[in-house]
Amino acid sequence: MSEPTENYLNAGYGLKSWLLTTDHKRIALLYLISITLLFFVGGALAGLIRVNLLTPQGLLVGAETYNRLFTMHGLIMIFFFLIPSIPAVLGNFLVPMMIGARDLAFPRLNLLSWYLFVGGSLLAIVSAVTGGVDTGWTFYTPYSTTYSNSHVLPMAAGIFITGFSSILTGLNFIVTIHTMRAPGLTWFRLPLFLWSLYATSIIFILGTPVIAITLALVGLERIFGVGIFNPGLGGDPVLFQHLFWFYSHPAVYVMILPAMGVVSEIIPCFARKRIFGYSFVAFSSVAIAVLGFLVWGHHLFVSGQSIYAGMVFSFLSFLVAIPSAIKVFNWTATLYKGSIAFDTPMLYAFGFIGLFTIGGLTGLFVASLAVDVHVHDTYFVVAHFHYIMVGGAVMGYLGGIHYWWPKISGRLYPEAWARLSAVVIFLGFNLTFFPQFLLGYLGMPRRYHAYPPEFQVLHVMSTAGSTILGFGYLMPLVYLLWSLKYGALAGSNPWGATGLEWRTPSPPPTEDFEHTPVVAEEAYAYSGEEAEQHV
Amino acid sequence: MSEAGSALATQFDDLEQQHDAATLGMWIFLVTEIMFFGGLFAGYAVYRSMYPQAFAAGSRLCEIALGAINTAVLISSSLTMALAVRAAQTGRRLAIVALLVATMLLGAAFLGIKFVEYGHKYAEHLIPGSGFTYTGPYAQQVQLFVCFYFAMTGLHALHMVIGIGLLAVMAVLAARGRFTPAHYSPLEVAGLYWHFVDLVWIFLFPLLYLVDLHK
Repeated sequence: MSEPTENYLNAGYGLKSWLLTTDHKRIALLYLISITLLFFVGGALAGLIRVNLLTPQGLLVGAETYNRLFTMHGLIMIFFFLIPSIPAVLGNFLVPMMIGARDLAFPRLNLLSWYLFVGGSLLAIVSAVTGGVDTGWTFYTPYSTTYSNSHVLPMAAGIFITGFSSILTGLNFIVTIHTMRAPGLTWFRLPLFLWSLYATSIIFILGTPVIAITLALVGLERIFGVGIFNPGLGGDPVLFQHLFWFYSHPAVYVMILPAMGVVSEIIPCFARKRIFGYSFVAFSSVAIAVLGFLVWGHHLFVSGQSIYAGMVFSFLSFLVAIPSAIKVFNWTATLYKGSIAFDTPMLYAFGFIGLFTIGGLTGLFVASLAVDVHVHDTYFVVAHFHYIMVGGAVMGYLGGIHYWWPKISGRLYPEAWARLSAVVIFLGFNLTFFPQFLLGYLGMPRRYHAYPPEFQVLHVMSTAGSTILGFGYLMPLVYLLWSLKYGALAGSNPWGATGLEWRTPSPPPTEDFEHTPVVAEEAYAYSGEEAEQHV
Repeated sequence: MSEAGSALATQFDDLEQQHDAATLGMWIFLVTEIMFFGGLFAGYAVYRSMYPQAFAAGSRLCEIALGAINTAVLISSSLTMALAVRAAQTGRRLAIVALLVATMLLGAAFLGIKFVEYGHKYAEHLIPGSGFTYTGPYAQQVQLFVCFYFAMTGLHALHMVIGIGLLAVMAVLAARGRFTPAHYSPLEVAGLYWHFVDLVWIFLFPLLYLVDLHK
């Protein structure tokens, strides 16, 4: 096989050809590089947190510095890695390719979104190196307005600006999916990844502006000394919590929905079967996005919210379990009697299903009013959301990166190393976070830099796990970079997958397709005969 | 290159698809704007229900006459904007430019009157913060009202400034003959934005100026 002559990677080599590109594939790579850097910054902060918790008195730092460590870890990981991760990298790369288009509807807005992201990230980094923020990633008032002496303003401004990058991405996806599908590509022939990105985009559109205005009000309060959230001046700090979680709870679904979409692509491919219950999986994404806007009050069970509001929010939070379970059951049913291949993306997808299920079910514990009073603000909550965000979203992200790496780079990664990384990450993750469920249930509060000595064994286990997890995350960084030069050529469709993105060379040409493809069948038209050929 | 060809971006198949995408894109952007202003409206609603007397007292500080004039000015500007789009549909280039300039002038008049109002607030020490002085009852809560007054009208004014800039670009494009009856989506989309900003004011005016009027 000869090197493909003309593709998006060799279409121009100068810095300008990258920094001024409007090619969705190049913008995806710009995002990939930026968020990978930020991921390792956030990961290093997590490492410092875990090292500090090795001993009951705190091994490294005092309480003040520790506050800044966990705040910066949370802010960077959530706003600058998890939220953009799958949409901005895989979504930007794949949305036009999956619908047979030449680019997104608004390529220049797409480039602008990356610059906004970089600008916001730089502000966050300025805030970090000048001393960081100590309010917790939630910016709760009055910590963030009256009492904090840390760099809340640049960080809030960074998140405000980055929010507009999310909005532009979501807007671009919705318009592109509506108006630019190839001939024959009806809504119910769309890959499920696109349904999940569509649902994600709805959250970007409806939620992100609210966090933006909320942080603007915090800024107003800090700059002018007025009392919008200050009870001493007539304001209401709980209003901040309402506005904050109106975005930030749906933001959790921004992290998990795209990962669910990735898993819905991987499982049919490596089980060689049509997805079970296509329309249920598709609509469950929309249902999660819609229900996600109605559950924010479950973060306020102990904030003085009315007990009746709490009951309603508790009930609505339970409802989210239904579309989530629909997905898990449908993936499992797809596997049933499938011809399963244990390639790396599939291992990550399996990891996702298991860890997401644990994270989701423990979500029901914390959505129950009475149980939440016991575990609120403990490590139980920390473990719960890490099972969703790391066990779910990051596993899905890495699964997707592996699955589409041959398409993105044109090269195959070393399969044995990649499978090993999936296993190491799975084991390291569980060793890190399962002990935290126990810690939380036993009463260890979150955000404390010191703890009673009887918790030490569990904390040491968690720190040991995080070391393994850290090595696990470094492995793909090394072998994926290695594969760029030494990996075998992938060919256009190394997995024998369906989907329009596999019908064009790897790496794809700048205009994605030589001829606009025509779609004549549903997604995931895998057959048993193909399965035998694949072996 | 034909006229249609130069207006068509490479990622689109035809002008109709491009027009659909541009229009849908602007409508979605306006949804984000509604949510953006919505956060402020929600905060306003919460505090107004908590402190009804203070909000009534705060509302009396607003100058209804100036607000009413501004409402009329903005509605007129929406009319000239709509007529500009109509002129594009019928291919009258000079009329587009003239109507866009009229829209911008009305927008500038709105901002000028707003500036006068802000000046009065400044002279009366009604700027929120350490210099705020109000002698009646509920001074803290009245300050909260004034906070929302400035946040909401300030954000609206910022949108007006952006809108005037946008229309200036459209006027230049129109003068260069870039809009034809077959292709005028940028103008239509800019018009959607302008009408939206206008509509926000239609809500702001009664919420801020007319709270206490029914007595």
